[in-house]
Amino acid sequence: MPGLAGRMSTVVKAKISRMLDRAEDPGETLDYGYQKQVELLQNVKKGIADVVTSKKRLQMQSQKLEQQVVKLDTQARQALSQGREDLARTALERKTLAQTELQSLDQQVKELEQQQEQLTANEQRLRQKIEQFRTKKEVIKAQYSAAEAQVRISEAANGVGEEMADLGLAMQRAEDKTENMRARASAVEELEKAGAFDDITALGSGQDDLDRQLSELTSGVQVDDELAKMKAELGPGGGESPALEQGEEKA
Amino acid sequence: MIVRISGEGQFKLPDADAERLNELDNRAVAAVEQGDETGFRELWSQMLEIVASDGNAVSDEELVESDVILPPRDISFHEAKDEFSGDGLIPD
Repeated sequence: MPGLAGRMSTVVKAKISRMLDRAEDPGETLDYGYQKQVELLQNVKKGIADVVTSKKRLQMQSQKLEQQVVKLDTQARQALSQGREDLARTALERKTLAQTELQSLDQQVKELEQQQEQLTANEQRLRQKIEQFRTKKEVIKAQYSAAEAQVRISEAANGVGEEMADLGLAMQRAEDKTENMRARASAVEELEKAGAFDDITALGSGQDDLDRQLSELTSGVQVDDELAKMKAELGPGGGESPALEQGEEKA
Repeated sequence: MIVRISGEGQFKLPDADAERLNELDNRAVAAVEQGDETGFRELWSQMLEIVASDGNAVSDEELVESDVILPPRDISFHEAKDEFSGDGLIPD
């Protein structure tokens, strides 16, 4: 037997042929089959809408994180120019974490986009096939006395059945993937809620624990490198730069 | 013969390709059994290549059954273990 997709379509095919065998009125069965196909098409639309919703959610998160990256970078520079290396380090740690999340979000948005394109193409193909089935079924109903009719019904029904089963499989895979990404989006939201991407002007008491966790999460080497680079860019004696944006000097 | 790539639709291939596909299919089963993912990927892309080079897309107006159904292009090695077992995709 053909593989996974094959097994699925075999199940559908078996159902359709059983239906056809049992049917007293093949015309009625054909109408029923057609109705089922149209129903499936509706589900496909819902499936595509789900993918789009998940994609939009990830895109919004990604935009937010992008803004935070820019903000944290600016703050790190400002902190450093005021000789506050500790604050600069905190800002860079947060920036590193935000960048890592950002990369993974962007990758997932891309994957979802591919899923969406594929499902849309599949949906259009199935729509055509169903339309074809509708035409064929009227012809078959009109000519049912012909000896070949039964064979033609099976052929047409199995052809559409295979298409439906295959789309069902594609939907299942898309669903699994979106499910994973939803979990991912929730994880990013949790980090956000915990203040992991907050800018450093929002730092208050009780952040020590979070900062410890952050420095564990982010790569120390990357932060050190970036800090050194920033120092070099700012040059010696940057003490005359403007005060930390929206922030107060921490005592 | 009609070949479907799951998620991509059906293609009409010369019957002569059945043997080539079957041979690759059998080798892919062996690769999967040995846990040889690199070998499997190579054979799998050769199978897809045959469909790409020799196949003509079946029109949307045609309602036909496939002789062979290939799994989705991006099949994981884990999924492949279910697909490429025993006789493989194409029974001998």
